[in-house]
Amino acid sequence: MEPFENVQSIVTPLDMVNVDTDQIVPKQFLKLVQKSGFGKFLFFNWRFDENENPTSDFVLNDSKYQGSKILIAGDNFGCGSSREHAVWALQDYGFSIVIAPSFADIFFSNCFKNGLLPISLDQKIVESLQQETSPIHIDLEKQIIKTSTQEISFEIDSHKKKILLEGLDDIAQTFQLEDKITEFEKNSTVPSVL
Amino acid sequence: MGKTLFEKIWDSHLVEEKQNEPSLIYIDRHLVHEVTSPQAFDGLRMNNRKVRRPDLTIATMDHNVPTTDRSLPILDQTSSIQIKTLEKNCKDFGITLFGMDSPNQGIVHVIGPQLGITLPGATIVCGDSHTSTHGAFGALALGIGTSDVEHVLASQTMWLEKPKSFEIRVEGKRKNPHAVTAKDIVLSIIKNIGTGGGTGTVIEYRGDGITDLSMEQRMTICNMSIEAGARAGLIAPDEKTFDYLRDREFTPKNYDTLVDTWRENLKTDDDAKFEKQFTLHIDDIAPQVSWGTNPGMTCDVTESIPSPDEYSNGDANQKKGAEKALQYMDLKSGTSIMDIKINRVFIGSCTNARLEDLVEASKVIQGNKVSSDVQAMVVPGSQMVKKQAEEMGLDKIFIDANFEWREAGCSMCLGMNPDILSPGERCASTSNRNFEGRQGNGGRTHLVSPVMAAAAAINGHFVDVREMDLN
Repeated sequence: MEPFENVQSIVTPLDMVNVDTDQIVPKQFLKLVQKSGFGKFLFFNWRFDENENPTSDFVLNDSKYQGSKILIAGDNFGCGSSREHAVWALQDYGFSIVIAPSFADIFFSNCFKNGLLPISLDQKIVESLQQETSPIHIDLEKQIIKTSTQEISFEIDSHKKKILLEGLDDIAQTFQLEDKITEFEKNSTVPSVL
Repeated sequence: MGKTLFEKIWDSHLVEEKQNEPSLIYIDRHLVHEVTSPQAFDGLRMNNRKVRRPDLTIATMDHNVPTTDRSLPILDQTSSIQIKTLEKNCKDFGITLFGMDSPNQGIVHVIGPQLGITLPGATIVCGDSHTSTHGAFGALALGIGTSDVEHVLASQTMWLEKPKSFEIRVEGKRKNPHAVTAKDIVLSIIKNIGTGGGTGTVIEYRGDGITDLSMEQRMTICNMSIEAGARAGLIAPDEKTFDYLRDREFTPKNYDTLVDTWRENLKTDDDAKFEKQFTLHIDDIAPQVSWGTNPGMTCDVTESIPSPDEYSNGDANQKKGAEKALQYMDLKSGTSIMDIKINRVFIGSCTNARLEDLVEASKVIQGNKVSSDVQAMVVPGSQMVKKQAEEMGLDKIFIDANFEWREAGCSMCLGMNPDILSPGERCASTSNRNFEGRQGNGGRTHLVSPVMAAAAAINGHFVDVREMDLN
């Protein structure tokens, strides 16, 4: 995983609550066996009409948001299916940060495995950020969002922050605890399946 | 202070505990399917890693398998590649696979319990959010993403922040348990606490309204925990649990010894404290029907569709969500639920496609015909459910009524195989998600119980099954 770098970008406001992972990547695109190339399927059913032409009223199709790296959405973003394809699609499209008042647990966890930063902020602050038309700056190390008019700090647990900043491989870290895993297995009373 | 059941399972699976950080927990059972695993196996190959415990890992294919004749080739090339990829991965990494032609094939959350793979007190993961189903047996069962699938394959462990404990008490007795089902209980819970109500928690369902339920009904409840946003949902095991798992194909040999330990340990202590609490009284609840595009947008069958104002209780964002939902569903506030006409019926999914679900639905169907405006299908949750149902003659009841009787799989719950709604079609579905396009682009889903779906199939619109004789 690549280390996370600070982001300077305009924001894309997706003013909807309960955006589920079926909307982020519809199921017809889950049949691929690789991780790359999901960006073109992001919000597919909202972005394109039945003839696969871009819809006129969906925010991602508005040219002023092209190149944006920050998506700002409503409460409970990423609910529903555990599909990590949702994270791959957001990243492949170009987003590196999602801001929302709250996130669904599995989506939230999947973000950190791939270097996508989810930032949870108070509803009022999220609403004010959605109005920002100038680029905003996000500094993960300092945990600060800078807009043209204000500085907002955000919370992130220190472990998750470290993983993102250093781009750490989860599994390699876990393997350092190999002895403990083996010890646990020796004492486990749960039988094998077979 | 005492511990909750969840805390006991958590504590007994800690490999490395960290304060205010994720802890490393051991995973006793890993279930794998074709959609969320290929990239995980690729990751193992790229790093030259193997599967640590193939003996704790079981795979099947369910999400995009066709439910038509199994002897025919799969026409969808991408589905076919995904299925072949799972076959190759299981072969390369030494994992037991219940493939297309196995009598054990089926929806991963139906076969786990049915084969005795699911065990009380165990930690169970699967790259599927409805893994919460297995919590019905007093297991800590978590849906995970593909990176975690890879992590568990490689290390048999997972990093997880300890969720909070949420007690949901279900109290009282349903007057007509054949008409008001476990599905109606769980939809009522989600309607009350909301789709984010359980976020960050593990729910323990307690109370006489829960202990009264059969194991299959308990699975319906735990299955939809994720629809309330919970990390998992569980129910303390009791004699019903132990009986259900006895003498299954993979029931452990020392089962009775295990049961003795479980009986003693797997319960919440009297003085344990939950961090969150909700109580539902079920004496008077009605059959539920969802009207919107998330499972919280649900009302009684006897009610009318609420206005966005009534639904949102003053929350502007929720109101906007309800307006968008009504537009997508092509419904108007004030319309009586029983006046909503449907043209498709789906009885299936990991929520409601077990034997008991099919038995209950068949009682409604018997001697009746599907309305001429409706296309209806039954997709048993597993090949074993299908076989048992056929031995009972249920297939004949459904087929005589003009239902399609299919092979096992996830099918139209998420429409990854050819079973999908066409744009504008309206479906009474026993599945778990009514999201936009979930069952097919432009399709409209109403979540209901199997008996409600069966009754809607016959009548062409929703009816109150409490008015029918279901005994």
